[in-house]
Amino acid sequence: MLYMLKKVNAIALYMFAFFLTSIPSLAKEIQPGKDLKTEIKNYISHHLEDAHDFSLFSFKNNLGKHVYVGIPLPVILWDDGLKVFSSYKLKHGESIVKKGSSFYKLEHGKIYKTDSKGMINYDKNNHPTNKLPVDLSITKGVVSMLIIAFLMFFLFASLAKSYKENHGIPKGIGRFFEPIVLYIRDEIARPNIGEKKYSYYMNFLLTVFFFIWFLNLLGLTPLGVNVTGNIAVTFGLALLTFLVTNLTGTKTYWFHILDPLGSSMKWYSKIPLYIILIPIELLGIFIKPFSLLIRLYANMQAGHIVLMSLIGLMFIFKSWLGSSLSFGLAFAISIIELLVALLQAYIFTMLSALYFGFAAEDHEHH
Amino acid sequence: MEKLISEFSLGLFFWQLAIFIGLLLLLRKFAWKPILNAVNEREASIKNALDSAQEARTQLENLQSENQRLLKEARKEKEILIKEALKTKNQIIGDAKKEAQNETEKILSQAQETIQSEKRAALKELKNQVGSIAIDIAEKVINKELENKDKQINLINDLLKETDFK
Amino acid sequence: MEIPVMVGAGLVVIGVGMGIGRIGGSAMEAIGRQPDAYGKIQTAMLIAAALVEGIGFAALFAV
Repeated sequence: MLYMLKKVNAIALYMFAFFLTSIPSLAKEIQPGKDLKTEIKNYISHHLEDAHDFSLFSFKNNLGKHVYVGIPLPVILWDDGLKVFSSYKLKHGESIVKKGSSFYKLEHGKIYKTDSKGMINYDKNNHPTNKLPVDLSITKGVVSMLIIAFLMFFLFASLAKSYKENHGIPKGIGRFFEPIVLYIRDEIARPNIGEKKYSYYMNFLLTVFFFIWFLNLLGLTPLGVNVTGNIAVTFGLALLTFLVTNLTGTKTYWFHILDPLGSSMKWYSKIPLYIILIPIELLGIFIKPFSLLIRLYANMQAGHIVLMSLIGLMFIFKSWLGSSLSFGLAFAISIIELLVALLQAYIFTMLSALYFGFAAEDHEHH
Repeated sequence: MEKLISEFSLGLFFWQLAIFIGLLLLLRKFAWKPILNAVNEREASIKNALDSAQEARTQLENLQSENQRLLKEARKEKEILIKEALKTKNQIIGDAKKEAQNETEKILSQAQETIQSEKRAALKELKNQVGSIAIDIAEKVINKELENKDKQINLINDLLKETDFK
Repeated sequence: MEIPVMVGAGLVVIGVGMGIGRIGGSAMEAIGRQPDAYGKIQTAMLIAAALVEGIGFAALFAV
């Protein structure tokens, strides 16, 4: 335990040092002159998206220019070979980065390949037509996920260790998490998957539950990360559920999809029904995880939008009554969001378990 | 939908999958497996303890009921023994009484018989003695009466008168 | 005359709201009737609500 604490202290110290050195280097200006509402709107939409640096806060300096404070993160591009540089060089889209013989520029949160002057060409729908290199940058979201991954690893590995040291009884914070682990096993996995096969899926269910929950909670901190409200992340999670469901699907599961009526009807009378039924069943394979990814994404996205809008309202009202009212509302919504953070993790895990239950079904159907 | 697709970031997707799968594999080895094993072990041991406690309780109950049974049996046996003893006692007493009575009766009847035979013998002797005495007396009386001749003839006459000839 | 997509999405959200409200209300009634089956009812409620919610999202993202 002492060893762990020392390690955590060392990490914290390192991060703090990193943070201090990064402050002056990241001061950056944006053009002023927009009204408050558009600024708040831009701020919210900027917050909802992933970013190439870990911005902590920004303020207006004496000249009325915005100064961003944060931690620069590595940009990794695959464009005729691997290209790595610090996101500090992008300067929030203000400057062009020359790497090798190519030029890159940040525009609306994406890195485009440009010519030496940094020209971005737009089509008639106002979409950039420049070439997009494959962007594998360590973005804000990736850093958040890494933080959560390390946190989870240390938390649960130490919980596992405390069992060994303490004769099967958890110690410390494990006392709080053990009932949750047991809840997932006894209330989610066992009833939905069945006594025989639930243990195969426990690793995935536990990991996915705590991963989503912790990321949701991290999204509620003032760090301003929105990882589970990002479609790529929820897509990845739902894709894994989809793969696990269909790769572990038993014969019975595929029978249910390809022959949903079974032997209740003669084969020739089933044909006209199956022309409609089988495509629906096949579509259902994809709709199930799709609804998972959309649900998590939309709930977290909506929660962040509502919270940030209410916080923004405080600055728009600029009156004691209106601002305190929106503060109260924002506070109430924050508490609801705490619940939603848990609920969405629970529902994702619960529905995943339900789909695994369908896939793991083993008895013969009629 | 368009917004969603344009928002989709391949990099984040890639890293998400990499981090998640890495985390899953690490946690499986270092956290979930030991945690679930420990919890299962603990539950099994609790269950074992409860089972053995239950078993001990049932054994104790069995023992108690066995004791109860034995006690009851012993009591019953005792009762039977006492009853039998009482019966035997009564029988013995009854037998003794009967025998005593029989004996008494026998002794009594023997005594009576002896008394009777003694009495008979005595009566016989008495009769004999009375007879001889009477004869003696009668001899002497007759001797005295018949000294005078007249008297003899009178007597003979009297006797003859009394006798009825047919 | 063309109805704006926003209005359609709004209508769908109204429907979804009513649906989820009904699910929640019925679940409360069921729990009131059988407090012992709380866990099972809650699970069923969440699953049904999640399915209805999915329709709402489909409408919202069609906008």
